[in-house]
Amino acid sequence: MLAFIFRRFLTMIPLLLGISVLVFVLMAIAPGDFLDVARTQEDIPAEYIERMEEEFALGEPWHTRYFIWLGNVVQGNLGESWIYRVPVTELLWQRIPATLVLSALSIMFALCVAIPMGVLAAIYKDSIFDRASSMFAYAALSIPEFFLALLAVMFAAQTGWFPTGGLSSVEHEFMSFWGRMADYAHHLVLPTIVLGMGSVASYMRIMRANFLDYIRSDFVTTARAKGLGEGRVMFVHVLRNAINPLVSASGFILATLLSGSILVENVMNYPGLGQLIFEALMRQDEFVVVAAVMMGCVMLMLGNLIADLLLAWSDPRIRLEKN
Amino acid sequence: MLKHLFKEITRRPMGVACLAILAALYLGTVFSQFLAPYLPTDQDLSSAYHPPTRIVLEDWRPHVQVYEQVDPAAARYEPVEGETAPIKFFAAGDEYRFWGFIPAQMRLFQVEEPHRIYLLGSDGTGRDVFSRLLYGAQVSLSIGFIGICITMTLGFLVGGIAGYFGGKTDFLAMRLVEFIIAVPSLYLLIALRGALAERFEPEQMYLVIVIILSLIGWAGAARIIRGMALSLRQRPFVLAAEVMGQSSLRILFRHFLPNLASYLLVAATLSIPAYILAEAALSFLGLGIQEPGTSWGLMLQQAQELKVFTLNLWWLLTPGAAIFITVITFNMLGDVLRDIVDPRQQMVKR
Repeated sequence: MLAFIFRRFLTMIPLLLGISVLVFVLMAIAPGDFLDVARTQEDIPAEYIERMEEEFALGEPWHTRYFIWLGNVVQGNLGESWIYRVPVTELLWQRIPATLVLSALSIMFALCVAIPMGVLAAIYKDSIFDRASSMFAYAALSIPEFFLALLAVMFAAQTGWFPTGGLSSVEHEFMSFWGRMADYAHHLVLPTIVLGMGSVASYMRIMRANFLDYIRSDFVTTARAKGLGEGRVMFVHVLRNAINPLVSASGFILATLLSGSILVENVMNYPGLGQLIFEALMRQDEFVVVAAVMMGCVMLMLGNLIADLLLAWSDPRIRLEKN
Repeated sequence: MLKHLFKEITRRPMGVACLAILAALYLGTVFSQFLAPYLPTDQDLSSAYHPPTRIVLEDWRPHVQVYEQVDPAAARYEPVEGETAPIKFFAAGDEYRFWGFIPAQMRLFQVEEPHRIYLLGSDGTGRDVFSRLLYGAQVSLSIGFIGICITMTLGFLVGGIAGYFGGKTDFLAMRLVEFIIAVPSLYLLIALRGALAERFEPEQMYLVIVIILSLIGWAGAARIIRGMALSLRQRPFVLAAEVMGQSSLRILFRHFLPNLASYLLVAATLSIPAYILAEAALSFLGLGIQEPGTSWGLMLQQAQELKVFTLNLWWLLTPGAAIFITVITFNMLGDVLRDIVDPRQQMVKR
């Protein structure tokens, strides 16, 4: 088990190196740098800009800068944001929890809705509910996240039931602990639903297909022949088996969530990693972009790893070690 | 094969419905200049955020209701009782170049100036949303097709070569594929766009988007095609072709391609939505099609204003509905095609 986890971490290293090189190259190819805005302003003295250029080694080719950066990273220093003048780690610490919470909630929301729906659709196959839920799945898979986000904001603005964006309200600082939690929860409802909608559909389809597969299998006939109640057969024998593919699909779903979060976070003004990456890319804040993109990928890989571990835990037939 | 496929599709009600919707959408796109009453850039600042105009029948002829602005700040318009303007069909409007080269003036319907017809309302500068939707479709609906052609070609070449030759080529190609798949796609899209965009004119943005979408999209297809190529390689007819001394390229195109064609077709149909969505997402973030061009994503970006939400200017969100309809139709058509081509993969229907 530990050997397996260790090996997975080792394979992450070349991937992360590759990603950092790619981002550095792409940022180097992009014309201009983060001082472009400063250069166009007349009241900023030229000496200052020159000093900044020197400080950030902007004149150097990208590979020189890359190795300086890599040297720092090995020592645990991810560099400084050029625009905010704070360490990148600090920015990441502010943003990563927000995105993690949002993604985790979306996956949980998706599972909580998709599993019962998938099971019901499979048990009552070809019923009205089955048809309606499959239409819903088509719709949920086809609606663009940002359009759904726009609709949600519109809904919030029209009804006033939910805040139109952000993570906390203005008076957040003055609330009690539980008040703050409730405030966060209130702000998280719409983003979670918007981000999780596509995953609900994917999970539901997988669930339904698997459930139908297993209903036909021999062990179910055996269980029924033993005289077990229908409820026990369905929920203990079939469900237990049919849930496994959902776990392995979670890795893929996490990837789409991370992409989708860039859009949803931008529309709903949610201070997460996606928004940070977008802003930093637009303003060519090099170290922030590299670190944030890498963090996104690390989250993705960790998510995949956790999915694999969960699968091994829930399905005793799967062994992680090579024999 | 195509004839057979078409016949099979028309035998299924779902397939017919999808084909009909897509045909309508694409016809609308091809004739958008004729169908749209105005140019997409045609502004009228005095009627910003105009609601959709009502159509009334007078003497059995359609007339458009005339509105007057009550409150410019809140974008409120009230219909003027009893005042209407007749809609003229096949009338001359602003001059345009049909398909870019035939000068023409005829449009499907027009209203006498200074009255204007807004089937789907107007945006912040008084441009007709309906006309912009039609013109925007040219970008949004074509990008999927062009992108998919490039991606499938790339995916077939890389996957086919990797699977056929195996060894080092295979190893390198597959590591590259895994690398591309490991990064969340939108991160890559935005980064690539940042690197490429400034080197092109804003008008060439369409090209840039197609390029970056294709640069990322081929990976998934390549991986599956490689797997299929691996099994094809062992088949007697390929071995026979090798013994006969046919060149690798010939084997790839004459023996692999026909066997992979049905997969490629289904995969292409199912991935067109991804392109439409990606273009819309990029334009929505302000990174795609730029003004004065128009696309559905860009229109939605411009609808992202507090005013739109608080005043319930729903017609500005119609491009989202258009994207939704297009994508859902392609998804359904893709599923129908998959059922025809490969009945084993059918969504369990026992």
